[in-house]
Parts: sequence; structure tokens; C-alpha cells
Amino acid sequence: MTDLSKGSRPQDGTALLEVRDLTVHHGQLRALDAISLRVLPGEVYAIIGANGAGKSTLLRTIAGLHQPTEGAVLLDGADVTGVRPERRARQGIVMVLEGRRLFGSLTVEENLQVGTSYARQGPWTIERVYEMFDWMRGRRDQRTSQLSGGEQQSVAIGRALVANPRVLLLDELSLGLAPVVVQRIYAMLPQILATGLTVLLVEQDVSQALRVATHIHCLLEGRTTLEGPPAGVTASQVEAAYFGLAGAAQSPAAPGRPGEGS
Amino acid sequence: MAWVNAVIQGILTGGLYALFACGLSLMFGVMKVVNLAHGDLAVVAGYIAIGIIFVTHVPVLWSFLIVVPVMAALGYALQRTVIQTALNRSVLTTLIVMFGLSQVIENGLLQFFSANTRGIGANLALVTESFNLGSQIQIAWLLIVIFAAAVAVLGGLQYFLSRSQYGRLIRAVADDTEAARLSGADHRHVFGIAAAIAFGTVALGGIAYGMYSQLDPTAGTDTILLFAFAAVVIGGLGSLWGTLLGGIVLGIAQQIGAQLNISYETLAGYLVFLAILVIRPQGLIATGTQS
Amino acid sequence: MTAATATTPAQSAPAVRVTRSQRNVAWTGAVALIIVAVLGYLPYLVYSGTTTILVQGFIVLTLASMWNLLAGYAGLVSVGQQAFVGLGAYFVLILAIHGISPFAGLPVAAIGCGVVALPLWWLVSRLRSGYFAIATWVLAATIMLIIERFSSIGGGTGMPMPGFAGLAPTLLTAYTYWAALAVTVLALLGIYLILRSRLGLVLTAIRDDETAARSSGARTGLARLLVFLIAGAGCGAAGAVLAISQLQVQPSAVFSISWTAEMAFATIIGGIGTIEGPIIGTAVFMVLQQTLQSYNAWYLIILGLVAIIIALFARRGLWGLVDDHLSVRLFPVGYWLHDIPPGTGQLPGS
Repeated sequence: MTDLSKGSRPQDGTALLEVRDLTVHHGQLRALDAISLRVLPGEVYAIIGANGAGKSTLLRTIAGLHQPTEGAVLLDGADVTGVRPERRARQGIVMVLEGRRLFGSLTVEENLQVGTSYARQGPWTIERVYEMFDWMRGRRDQRTSQLSGGEQQSVAIGRALVANPRVLLLDELSLGLAPVVVQRIYAMLPQILATGLTVLLVEQDVSQALRVATHIHCLLEGRTTLEGPPAGVTASQVEAAYFGLAGAAQSPAAPGRPGEGS
Repeated sequence: MAWVNAVIQGILTGGLYALFACGLSLMFGVMKVVNLAHGDLAVVAGYIAIGIIFVTHVPVLWSFLIVVPVMAALGYALQRTVIQTALNRSVLTTLIVMFGLSQVIENGLLQFFSANTRGIGANLALVTESFNLGSQIQIAWLLIVIFAAAVAVLGGLQYFLSRSQYGRLIRAVADDTEAARLSGADHRHVFGIAAAIAFGTVALGGIAYGMYSQLDPTAGTDTILLFAFAAVVIGGLGSLWGTLLGGIVLGIAQQIGAQLNISYETLAGYLVFLAILVIRPQGLIATGTQS
Repeated sequence: MTAATATTPAQSAPAVRVTRSQRNVAWTGAVALIIVAVLGYLPYLVYSGTTTILVQGFIVLTLASMWNLLAGYAGLVSVGQQAFVGLGAYFVLILAIHGISPFAGLPVAAIGCGVVALPLWWLVSRLRSGYFAIATWVLAATIMLIIERFSSIGGGTGMPMPGFAGLAPTLLTAYTYWAALAVTVLALLGIYLILRSRLGLVLTAIRDDETAARSSGARTGLARLLVFLIAGAGCGAAGAVLAISQLQVQPSAVFSISWTAEMAFATIIGGIGTIEGPIIGTAVFMVLQQTLQSYNAWYLIILGLVAIIIALFARRGLWGLVDDHLSVRLFPVGYWLHDIPPGTGQLPGS
């Protein structure tokens, strides 16, 4: 694994979210192989990689929707690996699922209200979400199935925010959205971070990830191929790590069987 | 004029069918469980009411106050244990388990109570009397009360689902269980609440049925389950008021059939159900959220 | 230029050989033939009481095998198969009323039920599993109500089966027994052959993972239709045997939901999704029924409870428990992979 972070990040135990030697299987298929990462408070930690690299699996396992075969997930030092997803959400790990996944028969406001049902104490309220997304207040009583993709994404983020999470997990925000819409949504990140949240996101669009992230983590076939701040990596290094080209060192896990595709 | 009477009777019995149907619809809408034991639970509630009245001699109307909460609690418990376990396995397992429960209950009732029919009698004028509109229309007060109760229950349920926090959670879990969990909701608890409501309403229907007609161990499947299902399909899944409409249509079809020939009553209802299945499978009120 | 010795290149994956069965199957086939022969000879050996019980067992075994095909392989949980049981019985009755021997009417009943299954499938095929189940129940109830309208075939009370006059009782019992045995053997043989065929491949794929089966191009819709027709015919044949063995046809008896309860519970207890399962399940069912005979509905209560427990905690049934420990297949419908040791020079397939 190419670790370009030497000296720039504290190595002591101040990580808000930590993953240790996480191995996850889908039936017989090993989706993640001894993955480790540490997310510090206030960071925007971006996980990138090709399709099938294991990005969403990693996020879902952190959220609790998937049980790892080995390894641990720690929140603020406490082991939450065995904690059910709904309890993890109440403790502060809130995920925005890939594809928005709003409650289709509920209105915009009702979706946000569900988000507040088990919310922690904090600065985020439904009112504050309406302030951040100025179009939402006027459409609060509309069914979410009538919204555009970008609007739905905003509601999904809002629903997660009103729970006042400690770590916000964003899975493929840009999926199915026009680039200009994606940029507008990512432009909200500073506002979100300013209230004390930490963000861990999965992103297909590498350049978008590099633009917003404070730390990059590249996966390939379930293994880490690159890790470090965006400023410390070159485009060719990212490309090599993303596609698994010669020149990108693979982590010394079990050697892959030749001929097996990603 | 006899036809008008048939239609009126049909509309009113539709209320009873709606009481049966709303629990079935709720359990399927929220946790995708087709409760094949649904009708048998109504019969069980009726038998419990008979037993309580026999032992304690409380007035009949009190039996509602005792049996409905007991059945609701039973529903929560059964959902959290047996049904949730079955759901964790597969759809097939759930169907088999519910069918198994249905047969166990029915044969159990047959074993302990014999096949004789029983009614829940009451000496209230409200229950035994009827009034006349003109010479050919006779309406039992009990039917009016049952219809009013059905409307009240459906209205209350609709209000609960659309206005309360728990109702919102139930609808959210029904829409997307995984997303609801990520918002902190314990879906097993929400399922339990939905089951409790379903069991409670079907208990209400069962006792009402015992007062209006006669209970026997096989009534759960012979009449109640299949009629409830027909009402849901005719009215359209996803709409509570749809089950009332479905119940009414079913009731009218049955009464008109009975006018042609008394033994056509049940058959007429089934034929209308099959027709809807062919012509408009999404039901009369299609909400478009779920099929 | 000739290559003196061709060296086998190092292979990255081990070579495998695929066969349909293990060696023990030849023995199973021989044993099966012996069993059938013994069963066939039974009427000469035992009293009619025994053959009557065996006829009941054959009926349930046939029904259970059909239900297993529907639910265990095609993913169709039908609680309306009693419709075909009843229709099979009434086919035989109607033919007998018109002078055709009930035994000759049996195959006609089976085919007739298969034909009737087609429009019924059209009615319910679009429904998803749970609603499919109740819809089949409604269909069965509807069919019973329609048949009860015709007093010429007994109306609501039923009527005795004509066409047995002049047949000595012992001969009747023996013929009934052989008819039941034939139906069961044909049903099991038919299912075995189907599962070894291309249709069986599709069905096993559906059994294992339906979405994957459909997305890989398998014609799941057609497979389901065929299974529904076959199950209809099979249950119809069982119903015909029932009518013959009861010497009368009563709608409430032949259209009873208890038939579905028995076939479903026997299948689940024995092991759903295997051919051996219904056989074991039927054996358990018969033992329970015979021992609890005098206690009326008890055997169905216990059967139901056991089925629920097995469905929840031992999903592959009793046969699954055997299979877990012994890795046995009596009916070779699967595939076995044999590793070829490297360097033996054996070509795959030899």
C-alpha cells in the first residue's frame, strides 16, 4: 500500500472512526480484505475505486448493514462491530444510502421528521435544513417521488443531518445526477463540516473526490492501493492505484489467482 | 325493492369485511407478510370472548375491552418471535409457517370445541333488533353499529398513520426498511406494532362476527380469510379506505347473488373477486406505491 | 518435427470431471425396482386393511411430491391444490356415471386436470407469492362451490361411485391398490426424469436463486407454467385414486384444505426441494396418523407444529439432516465434481 501520509497525520488514538483489518464476504466472495483506515474529526475522508472494488461494501459494513467476517469497526475508540445498524445510527454513524432511498409515500417534511425520530442533540434541525436548501421549504408537503434526482439527494442528506450524526457516510452522491447538480451538492460540504460533523464518502468521480477530500483512500478488488492527502498524490499515482496498473504496489494480502477478473 | 335491500345489506356487511381486511392489508403493506392465519385469529378472539363471558358473566360489550388488547399483545409477541424468525429465513418459510399456524389453530379449535357453531349472544336491543324502511327493507341495528365501528377504526387508523410519529415510522419502514433502520428505527419493534394493530382489529371483527353470525372452527378460512383477501384485492392494496370499498363491493356482490339464489351468495363474491383479478388486478383504488 | 513427449503445461486451475451420480446409485436403482416389485405383490400377501392404509400413503406421497415440485423447485406456494384433488375425483365420477370404468377414467382425470390448470394459471400467474397462495385457495373454494351446484353429480352432499358393480371386493381392493401404486411410481419417475432434463435444470436454478436464474436467461415463466400443469395433473390423479378408494365422492371431503395441509407438512418435514424429502415426510405422516388415529384432529395439530419448527430451524427437513451427515443422493439429479489429480494424464470426461 502506498502510504503518502507520513508525518502529516497524527498516528495516535484520536480517530473518530476507525476500521481495523476488516474482511467482509458476500457468500463465498471476499469483498474486502483486511482493510484498515482512520477518520479524524472534521475530515472529509473519500474512498475511491472502480466498480466492484468494495467501496459501498465498506461503507455499509461501517453503518452496520453488513457483518464482517473478521476485523472491527470502532467509533471514538469503542467497538461497535456487533452493534445493530439502528443503534449505530443513534450513536452517531448515519449513512445516506446509494440511490437516495427516500420514503416514497412520505412528503419531504415527513422524511425529515423520520430523521429526527431518534436524533442526537445538536445544531441540526429541520428549520436549519430548510435554510441550507432554500427551495425545500416551499415544497415540504410534496411527495418525494415527485422531486428531481438532485432534490431527492438534498432531502436524503437533510434527513441524515437532522439526526445530528457524528460521522456522516455518503454513498455515491453523484450517481445518476448531472455534474452541475453534483457540484452544487458538494458545495454544501463546508457548511456541514462547520457544525462539527465528520464526513466519510464513497465517490465514483475521482476528480470530484480529489476536490473535496482531505484524505483519499483507493480500493481495488477489496484491497487498499493508495492512501493519503490529495495534495500528496499525482494523477498518475491515482490512476495506477485505481486500475491496478504496474507501479501501484498491492498490499501483501493473499495473492490473487491469475486470471480472476475484478 | 328487494334489490335495494340487497344492496343496503351488502354495503353494511362491507363494514365487517373491511374490519377483517385492514389487518391483512397492514401486515402485508408493512412487513410483506401474508397472514394465512388471519381469519383463524378472528375466530380465536371470538372463542376467547365466549369463554370470558361464560366464566365471568360480564356484559358482552366488555368482552371487546378485554379481548382486543389481549389479542394485540399476542400479535406483538407472535411477530417478534415466530414471524420475525420466519421473515429472516425467506418468503417461502413465512408462508409455510403462517399456513401451519392456521391449520394448527383450526384443528386445535376443532379438537377442543367440536365443529358446532357458537354465537355471542346479547340481550341488548341494539344487538337483536332491527328497523324497517318501507315494507321490504329490514336493517339490523347491529349491522349499522358494526359499519360505524369499521368506519371509526379505519378513520382512526388512517389518522394514526398519517399524523402520529409512530404512524410515520410505520409508513417509512413499509417504504424502505433499510433506510428506516439507518434513521434509527428498530424495524422489529415497528413490525410488532403493526402486527399488534392487525391482531387487534381482526379480534374486533371476530367478536362482531360472532355476534352477527355464528362462529365455528373453520370459519376462519372458509369465510373470514378469503373474504378479507377478496376485499383487499378488490379495493386495492395500499389504501385503507380501499379495503372499505372492497368490502362493500364484495358485500353487494354476495347479496345480489343471494337474491338470485340463496346458495349463490359466497360464489358470487368469489366470481367478482376473480373478475377484478383479471380486469383490474391493482384494485379499484390504485395508489401506485405498491403492487 | 515430432514432439517426443508432450509435457502437460502447468494448469492454473485443477481439472475436474463432472458426473451425474455416485457409484451407489446403481444399487439404489436395483433396490427401488425390488421395492416396487414387492409392493406390487403385496395384495397377495396381506389383508385388505394393510393395502387400504398403503393406498392412503400413496395418495399423500403423490400429493406431497407434487407440492414439493411446486414449492420446492418452482417457488410456487399453492394452498389450493385441493382443487385438483377434487376435480380429479369428479372427473372419474362423471365418466363413471356415463359408463366408463373408474380405472379407465383415472388417466383421463389426470390429463383433464392438467388441461384445467391452464386457464387457472392464467388467472393467478401474475400474483406474487403470498397473494398467489391465497388466490389459489379462493380458486379451490370457487371450484367447489360451482361443482356443488350440479345435483346430477351429487350436489352438496355427494354420491357413491358407480361402475364397481360386479367386481368382487378383494379384486376391487387389489385393483385400487395397484392403481394407487402405479400413480405413485409414475409420479416419482416422472419427477425424477423432469429434474434430470433441461426443465429440471431451470427449476433447480430457480430453487437456488430465482433472480439469478431469470437474469441468466432461463425461461422461468415457462418452467413455472409447466410445473403448475404437471402438479395439477398429478394431484388430479391422486384425487382419482381417492375417489376410487373411497367408493364415493363428497365435495367437502375431496376439496378439503386438509389435503394441502397434509401434502405441505409432509414435504416440509421430509425435506423440501429434494425428491427423497416427500417420501420420508409421507412416512412420518402415516406413522403419526396411524398412532393418533383415535384422537381425531391431533395428528394434524402435531404435524403442523412439527412442520413449523422444521421450517424455522431445520429448513432442509429430515432428509436434509441425513444428507448433511452422509452426503447421499438416492435419486441422482444433481451433479458431482470430481477432482482429477494433476499429472495422471487423464482427460476430462473419461
